[in-house]
Amino acid sequence: MSTEETVVDNGVNVGALLDAREGLTQAPEAAQFKWRASSEWVRGTHTESIVEGFFGLGEEQRHRSAFHYDTDHPELFASEDKGATPVEFLLVGLSGCLMAGIAAVAQHRGIQLRSVKASLEAGMDMQGILGIDSNVRNGFDNIRVRFDIDADASKEDIEALVAQSQKRSAAFDVLSNPTDIHVEVHKDG
Amino acid sequence: MTQERFQPRAGSVDVVVIGAGHSGLAMSQYLSARSIEHVVLERGEVGNSWIRERWNSLKLLTPNWQSRLPGYPYSGPDPDGYMSMPDVVGFIKAYADHCRAPVVAGTEVTSVLSAGNRYRVDTGNGQWNARAVVIASGAFNLPSIPPISRDIPASIEQLSTRDYRCPGQLEQGGVLVVGASASGVQLAEEIHASGRPVTLAVGEHVRMPRLYRGKDIQYWMHVSGILDQRHNEVDDLNRVRNVASPQLVGTDDRRTLDLNRLSAQGVRLTGKLAAVRNGKAQFSGSLRNVVKLADLKMNRLLDTIDAWIADSAAREALGPAERFEPTRLPDLPCLGLDLNGEEIRTVLWATGFRPDYSWLHVPVVDRKGFIRHDGGVAASPGLYVMGLPFMRRRKSSFIHGAQDDAAELAAHLAGYLDRTGSGDLPRRRVV
Repeated sequence: MSTEETVVDNGVNVGALLDAREGLTQAPEAAQFKWRASSEWVRGTHTESIVEGFFGLGEEQRHRSAFHYDTDHPELFASEDKGATPVEFLLVGLSGCLMAGIAAVAQHRGIQLRSVKASLEAGMDMQGILGIDSNVRNGFDNIRVRFDIDADASKEDIEALVAQSQKRSAAFDVLSNPTDIHVEVHKDG
Repeated sequence: MTQERFQPRAGSVDVVVIGAGHSGLAMSQYLSARSIEHVVLERGEVGNSWIRERWNSLKLLTPNWQSRLPGYPYSGPDPDGYMSMPDVVGFIKAYADHCRAPVVAGTEVTSVLSAGNRYRVDTGNGQWNARAVVIASGAFNLPSIPPISRDIPASIEQLSTRDYRCPGQLEQGGVLVVGASASGVQLAEEIHASGRPVTLAVGEHVRMPRLYRGKDIQYWMHVSGILDQRHNEVDDLNRVRNVASPQLVGTDDRRTLDLNRLSAQGVRLTGKLAAVRNGKAQFSGSLRNVVKLADLKMNRLLDTIDAWIADSAAREALGPAERFEPTRLPDLPCLGLDLNGEEIRTVLWATGFRPDYSWLHVPVVDRKGFIRHDGGVAASPGLYVMGLPFMRRRKSSFIHGAQDDAAELAAHLAGYLDRTGSGDLPRRRVV
């Protein structure tokens, strides 16, 4: 055992996060963010989406570059499979959010992560979206997430890390709680 | 014998204490010990809210031996029992008599404002002018009911734990209890047993066994120092000040009341009530995580207690370390309920209380309606507050927590009076 202080580095700047929390407590208006995506239909079930700008800290912000995503359906639905299905993107969002939370909470709690792997699976009864049975919902029946984590901590501490990450996760909240959705339509041309 | 009614004329006084509950009386005792002139203004009778604003079966979550105030330990026959609300009021009244507290009863404070270096306290019985004010009016005055209550169909009766007295006052039929703190789990059990099927909406909660290794959990939290933990020693003070009361009940058989017990009785558990849309209640999918958090936190508490026992010199005859069954949940938790159907007739909000400072016109109240203070020293010279959750210590809002806080704040207040001189108005002895 070495006596020097162990430096935990999960690549998260917890100091900056805590500063942001303190700053936004003092200035709640700066905490009002808007997240955006824009999309254009290509053909069939294929759509291209771009994520680039967002609003936060009282002004327009930009990612380092524009991110492009294709969504489509698999060939067994007679589609061309140019990208993941939209509902798979929800799983991507959930795992990305939980991972970020795990890294941040681990850093804050002084836990060094070596490896964090997640696999996600969502059940869906296609009788819903196909309109076969009106009692079946369109969306997921449930979502299962499995984490395999190698870290300098007890099993209980690792479980607490994952639980805390769920508690603070935006994507988890969006998927587990209702969200009011406004859709407006404009006719072009 | 009841104490001769103390009814001085309103006027000038060094200190006004607002509220003759355990906090205000403990403060009064320390002010008296320092010969600081003061009155304790009480809107009703001593201990008003304990008897008028709580349900019939409620007993304290703390055992009787913990019901103690400065110079006044519990002296009854059942130190391990739990006081009913009439017992609590009797205890607090006896304490008021014991320490000859200068209580002015039937005097509701309608306004407090600062006037120069003094405070003007208006009441239904005249105006007081004080150099310092101690707000001991309680942290649990108004039910905290979420805005989604407005979306509940009109055919459903709604009430809060402040207005609930007993199951018989509810319509026959299903009851949705919202919130799984001590109040929520106690009322879920009581109402379900009355033949009204209960659905309990569970958000973040605190799980604890009543007894651990043969002793009350409060005993372990006391001896291990957990209850004495200071407000400046915790990581996230705002969070701990807002934690729900632990799932405990005070009963003769000292039983544990947790979600597993309620499930076994047939209470249906759902996630937090997230929204009501078109008459349909929607419950959060976070139930598995909130019970996991509560199970993990309970086990951490028990680890702390076990470690304390292992280190303690006092080798008491104790039961072995135990770990309790993780909280069981249904395979398919209910995510939605049609409130327009016949299933639910009543919604009972067990969603906590908030303080009422609508009468406080000193600029110390934050945008969420809480007083800005550092360990009870409010952000206005000469203004103090008592009895808030985790105000100076984890035990601050408990009856037995009043003593240490009152001693320290009385010392601070005495220093303030000394520093600010004898005041600019002629003084009049009140006692």
